[in-house]
Amino acid sequence: MPEVTMENTMVVPSAPPEETRAERLRNFWSDYCQSWVAVLALAVIAVLLFVSFGASLVSPQDPYDMAALDWLDAFLRPGTEGSGGYVHILGTDNAGRDMLSAIFYGLRTSLMIGLSAGALALLVGISVGLTAAYFGGRVEGLLMRIVDLQLSMPAILLALVLVAMLGQGISQIILALVVAQYAYFARTTHGAAKVERGKDYIEAARSTPLPTRRVLFRHLLPNVLPPLIVVATVQVASAIALEATLSFLGVGLPLTEPSLGSLISNGFKYIHSDRYWLSIYPGLALMVTVVAINLVGDQVRTVLDPRNSR
Amino acid sequence: MLSFFITRIAQAIVVVFAMSVIVFVGVYAIGNPIDVMIDPGATQEIRQKLIEQYGLDQPLIQQYWTFLSNVAHGDLGTSMVYNISVVDLVFSRFPATLELVLVSVCIATCVGIPAGLWAGYRPNSIGAKLIMALSVLGFSVPTFWIGMLLIMGFAVELGLLPSGGRGDVGSLLGLPTSLATLDGWSHVILPAINLSLFKMGLMIRLTRAGMVEAMGTDYVKFARAQGLPDRQIVFQHILRNISIPIVTVFGLELGSTLAFAVVTESVFNWPGVGKLIIDSILQLDRPVMVSYLIMVVILFVLINLVVDLVYARLDPRVRLKGGA
Repeated sequence: MPEVTMENTMVVPSAPPEETRAERLRNFWSDYCQSWVAVLALAVIAVLLFVSFGASLVSPQDPYDMAALDWLDAFLRPGTEGSGGYVHILGTDNAGRDMLSAIFYGLRTSLMIGLSAGALALLVGISVGLTAAYFGGRVEGLLMRIVDLQLSMPAILLALVLVAMLGQGISQIILALVVAQYAYFARTTHGAAKVERGKDYIEAARSTPLPTRRVLFRHLLPNVLPPLIVVATVQVASAIALEATLSFLGVGLPLTEPSLGSLISNGFKYIHSDRYWLSIYPGLALMVTVVAINLVGDQVRTVLDPRNSR
Repeated sequence: MLSFFITRIAQAIVVVFAMSVIVFVGVYAIGNPIDVMIDPGATQEIRQKLIEQYGLDQPLIQQYWTFLSNVAHGDLGTSMVYNISVVDLVFSRFPATLELVLVSVCIATCVGIPAGLWAGYRPNSIGAKLIMALSVLGFSVPTFWIGMLLIMGFAVELGLLPSGGRGDVGSLLGLPTSLATLDGWSHVILPAINLSLFKMGLMIRLTRAGMVEAMGTDYVKFARAQGLPDRQIVFQHILRNISIPIVTVFGLELGSTLAFAVVTESVFNWPGVGKLIIDSILQLDRPVMVSYLIMVVILFVLINLVVDLVYARLDPRVRLKGGA
């Protein structure tokens, strides 16, 4: 702690800079690299992001261009050459669609939904959590009561109900996921902010004529971010899994905008006829995505955990 | 203490009412169920008659009021698809879900706790790492996908077990259950494993965390210093101490297992309540949806209430914070 003199009592105190941001980032990175599994997971995520958002560049076929599809190509086994003159590495589906391309495009939809739902839920959750922690009293009681109630209900059930009410479609799904998931962020923010709020630097910041908004977002928020990063990674993974589950159950995305879940759902119809590739490969893609994100989240949690600090 | 109880119970009632309104209005917003029920060629007269019969021409508030007063009489309405009372429908499906949940909870406990104990006892062994990796899988890989793999592996490829349905139903202690027949067991085992995996991952993590923490405590060191064998320390001392949080979380999770059954039941075509709700959503069977959802809300509010009250009883600090 710097010594308190007459000059800096009026200055809004902040935590003394022990190390610069770049140093901290470098330390974080070297800690992160302690686990090669986590590094691998990060690499996998990078590849997945590349093939999904660059789906139109890397996939051999545009799976939703009906003109490019040929019924004669339906149910080709993996590794067969189709009428397009190239090998379908993962086979084709019932409409003659190249599975590899369908997976890339489906992955894009899944990732997009997961990321946007996660980001929106993060925003809503932070707002609710900070508001509750900062104002306390009745506001806190009411908000956290709602959050607790929601947390006690499984997200899948909540999402199911919401989708049933809202109908199918990408924006409806995202909305349902946000409502089902913001509570995790709100609870984490609230818990961390509650601890921080009792500390002297917030007390000091509040004693200055700074607007509440500034105290909240410039002073309180940065200090509650680390646990939120962990929750955010896990929630993105679970949003992707949730969306896939909803689509699998038939209440998620319509077949015109397939995600990995819809692909698996479509393939599920054929598992008794030995056409395993229709459901196994999109499922693998989903599993790899979700597990990789979770592994990254796990490692970030380990690195950020103060009990593990050197 | 009394005022705490009263506030909490009052809050619970308010929540149930608020949720019933939200659910009712929300479900009302979905399409017109009449369009699904009758064939498109039906005359306008039949259509009108049906709408009147189900009270769909009334204003929303009127419909909600009718619904509430019916509920007060124990009548949750009639399913538009099965044409039988919703209460009967749900209760006819409930035993199937219950037996599935019970078997899966047993599997999760019997495998999860020993695995967690081992993972915490030798945290750096290969076995422990493997167990933790499996728990991550159980946690993060979507249930429906694992269920599908189970079907592919055991039912389609190996042909050992049936891929879906409930099988023969026998009678055990007067209750109809498939746990009374061998065929029933062969049907229940795959979905139960599927449903148990998430819970098992949770169990493993909880037990391991408790175990790791307990290994460093004084009482364990003293027990060691006394020369007690490790087995006795783990099972008599540590397990007893870490079981309280495990049991608590597990009680809470029982409700969510019922909810997760929705997914497993759909994959394995298990004729339980979960399958019923998915079917009713897909077929716009409004009375079933509304009743099921309200029942679930009541179940969760009840679980919450009981947990709150028990905690308040055990921990005076919770009580002092008041009914906020």
